[in-house]
Amino acid sequence: MSTTSDYRKGEDSIELTSVAQQLSEQAEDWGGGRDSQELLTLNLGPHHPATHGVLRLVVTLQGEVVREVKPIIGYVHTGIEKTAEDKAYWKVIPVVERMDYLSYYFNSMAYCGAVETLLEVDVPKRAQYLRVIHLELNRIASHLLWLGTGVLDIGAITPFFYCLRERDRILDLFEQSSGQRMHTRYFQVGGVMEDIPRGWEAKLREFLKVMPPAADQYGKLVSANEIVLQRLRNTCAVDAQTLLSLGVTGPLLRAAGTPWDLRKATPYSSYDDFDFKIPVGTVGDNYDRFAVRLAEIYESVKIIEQAIDGLPEGPHITTDRKVALPPRHELATSMEALIHHFKLVTEGFRVPPGEVYFPIESARGELGCFVRSDGSSKPARVHMRDPSFVNLQALEAMGEGAYLADLIAAVAMLDPILGGIDR
Amino acid sequence: MEVTRQPLGPPGDPSRAAINTHTARQMLRGGEVLGANPGMHPGMTDEELERYVHERVLTTTLDKAVAWARSNSFFPLTFGLACCAMEFMHTAAARMDIARFGFEAVRASPRQADLIVLSGRVSIKMAPIIRRLYDQMLEPKWAIAMGACCSSQGVFNNYAIVPADKFMPIDVHVPGCPPRPEALMHGVLRLRDLVQQREQPGWRERYGAIGTEEVIPTADSGPSLGTGHRDG
Repeated sequence: MSTTSDYRKGEDSIELTSVAQQLSEQAEDWGGGRDSQELLTLNLGPHHPATHGVLRLVVTLQGEVVREVKPIIGYVHTGIEKTAEDKAYWKVIPVVERMDYLSYYFNSMAYCGAVETLLEVDVPKRAQYLRVIHLELNRIASHLLWLGTGVLDIGAITPFFYCLRERDRILDLFEQSSGQRMHTRYFQVGGVMEDIPRGWEAKLREFLKVMPPAADQYGKLVSANEIVLQRLRNTCAVDAQTLLSLGVTGPLLRAAGTPWDLRKATPYSSYDDFDFKIPVGTVGDNYDRFAVRLAEIYESVKIIEQAIDGLPEGPHITTDRKVALPPRHELATSMEALIHHFKLVTEGFRVPPGEVYFPIESARGELGCFVRSDGSSKPARVHMRDPSFVNLQALEAMGEGAYLADLIAAVAMLDPILGGIDR
Repeated sequence: MEVTRQPLGPPGDPSRAAINTHTARQMLRGGEVLGANPGMHPGMTDEELERYVHERVLTTTLDKAVAWARSNSFFPLTFGLACCAMEFMHTAAARMDIARFGFEAVRASPRQADLIVLSGRVSIKMAPIIRRLYDQMLEPKWAIAMGACCSSQGVFNNYAIVPADKFMPIDVHVPGCPPRPEALMHGVLRLRDLVQQREQPGWRERYGAIGTEEVIPTADSGPSLGTGHRDG
């Protein structure tokens, strides 16, 4: 009995208010109080599930608020530009395709366009339309993977499975037209490798019928979700002026309200034949970045429909035998074709000296290819202006003052591809 | 538990082990040891039988059961390097659905994973990090080198890329650039066979391909060529 009363007496003696005050005083001494200026440096990556590959971010935090972001790159540096100097012009195509591994058609388009400009080769209209179809299919495939993995980073796993289901259909089309799912090497200098096979058009039309309702569904899956909306809306907004001064292009710039698109500004590969719109955002927050990319899927479907409807007849590659391989059946009858074939396969074609920069609108922004030729059959320099590399510079502007969790969402909506950044 | 395995009979006598197995089976069934001849077929004492069961039946059967469980529930590490990571994702996605083979529990931390899939090209800057990740994984652990780049440098035979075998042990190589999801799935199934210690002859053994084997350099045939060969 006596022990119990003693115990209760002891309990009464603890005054909670005084303890709390004492703790807060101590916390201020340690520097963890509300007005603390102590900064914490946190390392994200290079192995981190939310950094889209092997991006490393050194983040300086004040509490949970990001004060500084330093991206550290180079973890998948592959030496592609140097390797390209070592190969004949037509052998460079598979190497540059592997840079930005989600937009392989864009990479080869930029490179082939640059070499065609140096060679002054005319690409047949049918090849240009086939290129447009494949480029836009690639844009949809890239955006689908971005949507699946992007919302996976902010906690939604269901769209991942849906998006990759539709992406598999696109990869099937690529496989049917070229033989590979990825890194297809379908674009050649002067045209495309082969004409589309029989049945491809029907399969493409089937896909075009399926894709817009599917995009509706994915859009609703994300934008009807209150949690995702709160993660995206009004977070990490950057105005157009800052983005322009950083050199940012593509969906990020369009999300801030600037309708800059190279398909309209400097049309290449017959893009001026097609009627399409450029989706733009208003405030340039994470939600606008999501909405612009989703709207681009519909526009790409429209472009493909017009291109397959108006696909002209004719050769799929230039008839200039100095650049493109002769058809197989000619080799048996024509000595000249045999010589051309031998010269192209052993040495490759020679390109007149000069330098050229050929920009196109890739899924992530302005993808430009710079090629300098010294007159030999190997390029003297190949350089790519990769949109991911430039767009990554905007990460600090996006992340400053935001919460760490919003920075993850910003990286997801920035959609950097490390293979393109590091090359 | 430390399990040490010792042969039951005197060393160098393979027939003795077979006899012991036969005798033990008969005794465990509770029957007479048929044809027991003290001279030729010495019977087992109870202690010997117990030891036999512990070493031959219990541990091996348990090992098999554990290997079966392990090989049907790999926990791969969330780890993507380059192009092959896209096909790795497709393997986990709707069409291929690697969950059918218990492969879908992708872990973000190497401490919880027992399989690392090197999906893409390994640069010299990334190699020490991958080695550290591999060292952080708990035993037993396995590694799949997916794609040409981390098996043999692939199309990039240059200064920046290093094949995975140079810095860590690899169990299965999956060829391709990038490998199709089906190819990765085949690689996972081969790894399953490896873990279960099931005999899977390669194509050379299966087709009796004589004369196509690689020449393994011996000590007196001079130093082996490195992989630094590059063609112009």
